[in-house]
Amino acid sequence: MTTASESFAIEEEAGAAARWSRYLVKRALIYAGLVLWAFVSLFPVYWTITTSMKVAKNVQQGALIPWVDYQPNWLGWRSLGLSPDTILTTSTVRDEFLLRFLNSVTTAVSASILAVLIGALAAYGLSRFRYKFLWMRNNDISFFFLSQLILPPVVLALPFLVLYRELALLDTTVGLVLLYTLSVLPIVIWIMKDQFDTIPTELDEAAQVDGLGSWGTFFRIILPMALPGMVAAFILSLILCWNEYFFAALLTSTDAKTLPVMVASQTGSQGINWWSMAALSTAAIGPLVLVGILLERYIIKGLTAGAVK
Amino acid sequence: MAGAQPLPGEDFIEEGADPRAAVRRRTGIVLIWVASIGLGLVIVLQALNSAGVLPLGLKDWRPTLYGYVLWAVALGYGLVLTRGEAGRRALFILPAALFTVAMAIFPTLFGFSIAFTDWNLSSFSGQKFNGFDNLAQLFRDPFYWNALANMVFYVLMVLVEYAIAFGLALLLNAEIRARKLWRVTFLIPLMLSPVAVSWMVGKSMLEYRFGPVARFARWLGWDTPSFFGDAWIAKLSIEAMDAWVSIPFVMILLLAGLQALPKEVQEAARVDGATGWQSFWKITFPLMLPVSITAIVLRIIFKLKLADIVINVTSGGPGGATDTVSSFIYREYRDRSNVGYGTMLAMFYLVLIVVFVTLLLNFVSKRMQRMT
Repeated sequence: MTTASESFAIEEEAGAAARWSRYLVKRALIYAGLVLWAFVSLFPVYWTITTSMKVAKNVQQGALIPWVDYQPNWLGWRSLGLSPDTILTTSTVRDEFLLRFLNSVTTAVSASILAVLIGALAAYGLSRFRYKFLWMRNNDISFFFLSQLILPPVVLALPFLVLYRELALLDTTVGLVLLYTLSVLPIVIWIMKDQFDTIPTELDEAAQVDGLGSWGTFFRIILPMALPGMVAAFILSLILCWNEYFFAALLTSTDAKTLPVMVASQTGSQGINWWSMAALSTAAIGPLVLVGILLERYIIKGLTAGAVK
Repeated sequence: MAGAQPLPGEDFIEEGADPRAAVRRRTGIVLIWVASIGLGLVIVLQALNSAGVLPLGLKDWRPTLYGYVLWAVALGYGLVLTRGEAGRRALFILPAALFTVAMAIFPTLFGFSIAFTDWNLSSFSGQKFNGFDNLAQLFRDPFYWNALANMVFYVLMVLVEYAIAFGLALLLNAEIRARKLWRVTFLIPLMLSPVAVSWMVGKSMLEYRFGPVARFARWLGWDTPSFFGDAWIAKLSIEAMDAWVSIPFVMILLLAGLQALPKEVQEAARVDGATGWQSFWKITFPLMLPVSITAIVLRIIFKLKLADIVINVTSGGPGGATDTVSSFIYREYRDRSNVGYGTMLAMFYLVLIVVFVTLLLNFVSKRMQRMT
């Protein structure tokens, strides 16, 4: 009896040890995977930032680590007029860059505000009321809005080129804002409808009893509660508009040109000026990397809206 | 435009014998009619002006644009006057609906009318109707069909992106420290503009002499690395860049799905002695199917728009091997100003996409029904 139970205990101990080692291997593999993908995600960003501080020789040598492989200097940033020693002097490149940067900010922010405004209204209507227009009911109207998502930019680009020429909207920020609003509107409606659906209708009813009309209810009671969804929709729109290139490349030339078009136009000409391109790319992605890190919660909320039921 | 029905159990307040209500209703109807006739008049005058019949000295079509906005406002106000509460409710979706009609439906229809013309913006001859010539030319254009074939490749690669994203989502869902930090890190590529990525990765890291990836490839034993010389390697390089940017999107969706899974089911499987591998294929994967399908369908829709990276890194080269339909049409316009033919290419693509996505959604929803 005793020997049997002893051997059983030993077996269990051996089993526990095996389980423990298997557990350790599994943990190691998980962390190895995480580190590997973190490297894949971050290395291009790291490479770009460090390259903006390299001279030609460092690039050719394939230097990787600042102060060890090479001595960083402000070469790339000086060519943009943004290094510490040139920031106070006049620089045409910097003026050009700031103009494009400002264009991008104006366009992206205006389009996002407009999209969130009319998108939130439509989403609230679709979430609370029952519509009937010709044969279309709520589901059909929702589908009508969402189906715009599959419309590729290239289908609209050429008609808009002609239309905007006739409307004198070519190369204007207004024209670009209208198009960007259109392209993010389906996503905004999607996110906002998901948000409004989570707010109980009892609140609407209570507000109506208190004598607020449907618009009063919307603005005073429901909209403040839907703020997280609005922020999520706004941030996501901002990212998409900031990065948009296709329409901007076709429909702007001088006045309304945005930052991505400026970055793209630099790559083509006169060989590659590594350090200045790296500095320009860093400046173009910098704001968004910051937004991504600081407002990650909202981005995830926006991306996952309605995906998981 | 859109009339709202009252919620059940709610009275139609505006119905009644109140004479003021009748006056309001009539004012509303008149307002809508006046606005519509006014808009029609503006359009007719503009058309006459641009045809040269009636020289009004209008340089552009802006008056029509302003007319449309005024008409929209009048329509909204008229609806409130005639329908009362129902009109006020219609006002919620009216801006978005009118905006979408003006900015998407109208230009698309307009595009179809351009597609059947011979129109080169750089020549002086202007627009000429040429029937199905563009369509016939399209069927004979080997570069267009090549671009479509490339799209098949890019769309199929979504499955690979999905597999990688699923792996990453499982990693993030495991019991790990600093989950949020890892998640933010993995999300960063999604923030970056494809144009910047084109330079950062395509032109800099994949540069065949000094790029770090080329250096790494040489270290691995590939003596003359070149990422855009050979057709298939170039395709894979472009796909890798696009995947790098968009895998986080799929990953986040899948991670949300994983976190919403009922924990009890997995616990039960573990108690029954299922290994990690078995419980993944028998339990996690089937339960994740709805989220997976949402993620894949959305990703395919975005993939069909792929253009920026191709335009900026290879311009479709070598020999059209990396061309997407969008980048091909972009060059058709940029290099040849060929609006008529380019629009026909785009419209044909739109029809293909709509058919493809409809079939895909049908297939998916049938499959889902059979499973549940």
